[in-house]
Amino acid sequence: MSQAELTTAAAGRAAPSPLWALSLFRSEVGTVFRRWRTIALLGVLAAVPVLVGIAVKMETDDGGAAGHGGGGPAFISQVTNNGLFLVFTSLAATLPFFLPMAVGVVAGDSVAGEASSGTLRYLLVAPAGRTRLLLAKFSATLAFCCAATLTVAASALAVGAILFPLGDVTLISGVTVSFGEGLLRALAVAGAVALSLVGIAALGLFVSTLTNSGIAAMATTVGLLITAQIVDQFPQLHAVQPYLFPHYWLSFADLLRAPVYWDQLLDNVGLQALYAAVFGSAAWARFTSKDVTA
Amino acid sequence: MEALSAAGEPAIATHALTKRYRGGQLAVDRLDLVVPRGSVFGFLGPNGSGKTTTIRMLMGLIEPTSGTARVLGEEMPRAGRRVLPRVGALIEGPALYGFLTGRDNLLRFDAADPTADPRTRRARVDAALDRVGLVAAAGKKARAYSLGMKQRLGLAAALLQPRELLVLDEPTNGLDPQGMREIRTLVRGLASEGTTVFLSSHLLDEIEQVCTHAAVMAQGRLLTQGTVAELASSARGRLAVTTPDTAEAVRVLKEHGVNDLTVDDDRVTGELPAAVPELAELNAALVRAGVRVRSFGTARASLEDAFVALTGEGFDVAG
Ligand SMILES: Nc1ncnc2c1ncn2[C@@H]1O[C@H](COP(=O)(O)OP(=O)(O)OP(=O)(O)O)[C@@H](O)[C@H]1O
Ligand SMILES: [Mg+2]
Repeated sequence: MSQAELTTAAAGRAAPSPLWALSLFRSEVGTVFRRWRTIALLGVLAAVPVLVGIAVKMETDDGGAAGHGGGGPAFISQVTNNGLFLVFTSLAATLPFFLPMAVGVVAGDSVAGEASSGTLRYLLVAPAGRTRLLLAKFSATLAFCCAATLTVAASALAVGAILFPLGDVTLISGVTVSFGEGLLRALAVAGAVALSLVGIAALGLFVSTLTNSGIAAMATTVGLLITAQIVDQFPQLHAVQPYLFPHYWLSFADLLRAPVYWDQLLDNVGLQALYAAVFGSAAWARFTSKDVTA
Repeated sequence: MEALSAAGEPAIATHALTKRYRGGQLAVDRLDLVVPRGSVFGFLGPNGSGKTTTIRMLMGLIEPTSGTARVLGEEMPRAGRRVLPRVGALIEGPALYGFLTGRDNLLRFDAADPTADPRTRRARVDAALDRVGLVAAAGKKARAYSLGMKQRLGLAAALLQPRELLVLDEPTNGLDPQGMREIRTLVRGLASEGTTVFLSSHLLDEIEQVCTHAAVMAQGRLLTQGTVAELASSARGRLAVTTPDTAEAVRVLKEHGVNDLTVDDDRVTGELPAAVPELAELNAALVRAGVRVRSFGTARASLEDAFVALTGEGFDVAG
């Protein structure tokens, strides 16, 4: 091939289809979900409803009503009457720590992990484009947020159906709705939970652009999660609490009222969007100006 | 036409390119490098002389502190999206996803290139694997690859598309002699197709064997650049005289401006002066002074002599 032919061959492929840009996102999702670590995290999340379900079953078989008088995660007392409540109980049990920790691990590792293995430089010279790569990383992390939430919900639904009766659902406000509507509400709750994880996903992505060590980024993100959860517990610190990403997390329970209480749900959406905007921009500013030497 | 004017420019041209790392280390100092199109360009220098740093700036991985770098006629890092799809690179050794197979690694790197057609992806990956002799191991997890296999897979990633420029940072690192020879053959083959190859190496005979041009760096500065033949001839050859009358020979040669004279048994060697005297005259002068000359000649300088003359013999890495 002559020099001129080479040049025209290169020019000939310089007009890519816009759809090709999605290749990176697809590859990114595939890479995240083929990691052992991701499978293990999802496995742990799937195991939580199994444990909760078995514990409730054993306790009620002993005669007592489970978690009566406010002990244990929300909705646990209703699980024996309706297996669908295991979905709500399991989401309430995993949202404070297990779910966001899993997201923190995936988000924290997203850029820093590639930097520490050195693959980041090959993605960049491919050239993935820094903004495009960051967007693909963030979207893949959000896909993981959905997958993680759905794993808990699906596992809980399966365990609930096996161990307990299913039927009409009595909402918090006392109204009874059909099982079909209950299922729809469960799906809405899972959506609200997945949305609640956007903030920590953006935070983790930003932390991930700060270091070349995947482990350090994961540890920092999970550390920030724990700190935020602790600060959220102290009444003395109420001034900052509305700005902490976990603050409105349990608002998903408001979806189980008739009519639905939207205030806190919307506050949560707004807060997560704020985190996505602030830390997403920070991650972009950092990553697009960063020297990639690892 | 835009493409034509760009094709006239050198493959790589830097002007006063400088990089000071955040720690304050001046890694590349006012580098003016010109890599002609179609050349196989050897980039030489001792450890820590700034070769990898230069390559990182050329590939847009790090921002120059000052100066400019043009690759394939366009300014880096700004034009990276247009330039980099036409460039294949192996930088500081291969880096792979250990939990993916060799083939899946290549599929991932190809997916990262927005100009790569997904419809031809599998075929191009297989062709690249074939080119580096890795077809049989393509289904193995990269974690289980040997160093040489990783190096080959890294090379395959650089060859996923027809490239105008290949940038290879120590491509034969970790390869067996067979592998090294294959890489040399590969580089020659690519060069004959019109690809410009820019390769850094410590292996001087390797550079001498495949490169048409070379540049030598030391402590961040460019010492020299030119064709390999020019560089080798710029290192002056050494004169060697065999004679039983060594003392007299040293005296005569010194008078004629030969430096750095050493005597080893009956052999006198010395460095010829810059203005090389007619060798026949030198020989005649020895004979006139009554020196019995058994043999007389110059040893041709190799690239290694040139390299050592330029960078010094010392082994220690400059801080
Ligand atoms: N990320 C970094 N931060 C700070 N200094 C660095 C960094 N990378 C390299 N250096 C310094 O820059 C100088 C040039 O390093 P570089 O890696 O470019 O050398 P090199 O010529 O590629 O060496 P080698 O032949 O060993 O690969 C060295 O003094 C090194 O210590
Ligand atoms: Mg190097």
